[in-house]
Amino acid sequence: MNELDASIRIAESLSETRHEVSIDIPNPVFTLNGVSVYYGEYEAIRDVSLDIAQGEITAFIGPSGCGKSTLLRSFNRMNDLIVGARITGRLAYHGTDLYGPEVDPIEVRRRIGMVFQKPNVFPKSIYDNVAYGPRVNKTKGNLDDLVEESLTRAALWDEVKDNLKKSAYALSGGQQQRLVIARCIAVRPEVILMDEPCASLDPIATAKIEDLMHELAGDYTIVIVTHNMQQAARVSDRTAFFTAEVDDAGERHGRLIEYGPTRQLFSAPVDQRTEDYISGRFG
Amino acid sequence: MSMQTRPDSDFNPADLGQQSNRAWDRVFMWLLFISLAIGIITLVVLLVYVVTKGWPRLDLGLITNMPSIRNPEQSGVQSALMGSIWVIGFTAIIALPIGILAAIYLEEFSKQGGRFQRLVEVNIQNLAAVPSIVYGILGLAVFARALALGQSVITASLTLALLILPVIIISTREALRAVPRNIRDGSLALGATEWQTAYRQTLPAATPGIATGVILSLSRAIGEAAPLLLLGAVTFVTFNPDGMLSGYTTLPIQIFNWTKEPREEFQVLAAAAIVLLLVILLAMNFVAIWIRNRTQRRW
Repeated sequence: MNELDASIRIAESLSETRHEVSIDIPNPVFTLNGVSVYYGEYEAIRDVSLDIAQGEITAFIGPSGCGKSTLLRSFNRMNDLIVGARITGRLAYHGTDLYGPEVDPIEVRRRIGMVFQKPNVFPKSIYDNVAYGPRVNKTKGNLDDLVEESLTRAALWDEVKDNLKKSAYALSGGQQQRLVIARCIAVRPEVILMDEPCASLDPIATAKIEDLMHELAGDYTIVIVTHNMQQAARVSDRTAFFTAEVDDAGERHGRLIEYGPTRQLFSAPVDQRTEDYISGRFG
Repeated sequence: MSMQTRPDSDFNPADLGQQSNRAWDRVFMWLLFISLAIGIITLVVLLVYVVTKGWPRLDLGLITNMPSIRNPEQSGVQSALMGSIWVIGFTAIIALPIGILAAIYLEEFSKQGGRFQRLVEVNIQNLAAVPSIVYGILGLAVFARALALGQSVITASLTLALLILPVIIISTREALRAVPRNIRDGSLALGATEWQTAYRQTLPAATPGIATGVILSLSRAIGEAAPLLLLGAVTFVTFNPDGMLSGYTTLPIQIFNWTKEPREEFQVLAAAAIVLLLVILLAMNFVAIWIRNRTQRRW
């Protein structure tokens, strides 16, 4: 009986949040309707519906294995590169189905940039790292200016302007991650996806990245996956809480539990599991 | 139960002394050492033997003179050395692009773990284990006879290229695989195509590994005699090759010819030529090691 009650309550809370989201966000960048992502037969995340607001920072939080990174990687079709990965449901970008037959994943990734968990700078100079995106995309205009502008926006220019020819590996972890953000900005994307961008950084470097995110918000739509709830609370405008549920067959699937304005989700969560998670009782 | 897992509180300083004699440890250590010594002593004896035997002829004339039957004291390996350079040069020109491109296709573009990839993988590994004489038979039938290229530099190069192709493919694939996934992801996430990612990121990052594999496979080819004997390189040659279709001899073939001669002067000459061949092989291997060490993995 308890389980039944619980599932009724979840269903209610889910329908509530969805309802709330659709009123809240007038001109969404992404619209997800019943999105599930599979690895082969395994359904990593099930039936997600939410809208991502333009120019805001949206945080995905939840325990490990809840599929939040998997979901993020489907926003710029990085999951295409994993053999056996596929998606069902509708994931629209400004109303266009990202997985439609006419859509070129290369063009998608040009408009929707990504910053990874480990700063994956290229084994090249600082300059060449930033210039890489414009070069492969054959962007017109002065490359030097574009590199300077991108590094300035990423709050790295003053630290590296005299060493642009130096290997990117000479930089510290935090500088490398800002270089990756500069590299991303140089392609002039509309959206920046960040997959736990501070997971390998110390608190000072993390604070710099968070400041940078505030700087970039407005011009860019940012979606960040983070394990760090304080980080989500500090930087994001909206937060989506995911968790892993075990189904009747004993398989774990990621589910969206609650989604709303960050302040509201952290101060007055609707769902009991959200409250347990943000108060540190599990995960 | 709980009595047995209690820490032993009755400590006696003598307990820290050796508890039993460790004779087996020492026997085993000596076995290891003897095994190593057999390998090293063989190499040293071989080197000392050929160097002392060839010493009288280890002069510049060895490289600058042509071989001569009548006058072994003035005989040299110039035509064989030039022949080796020509044959290996064309082998590299043929085998490198084919081997590296094949490896890029297999590693970057074919479906990972697919049936096609597995089939090709098994076949390439088998080809790498085929004895070189079999490649000689193939080269004789296909290049020398069917394509009527005869006993020429290009016949030898094509045959040696086939011989080292599997090794180049395998070592290039390993070098490509060592490039971390997140470099590729970073490139693709910026809107680069898979081809741009392969030639702007993966290939440059894998170049030291590829170069090492290529040099080692070429040094294998330079020492090969068996397939070339079948292809008819045995002839006594007193001229340098002047083109792809020129006749030729190579260092291993020349050494083989001289060791068959009964006169002592030719044995000395052969020993001197062996030293020269060893120096070339060691130099190539040294370059391979140097490249590998100079470009230590940075990720």
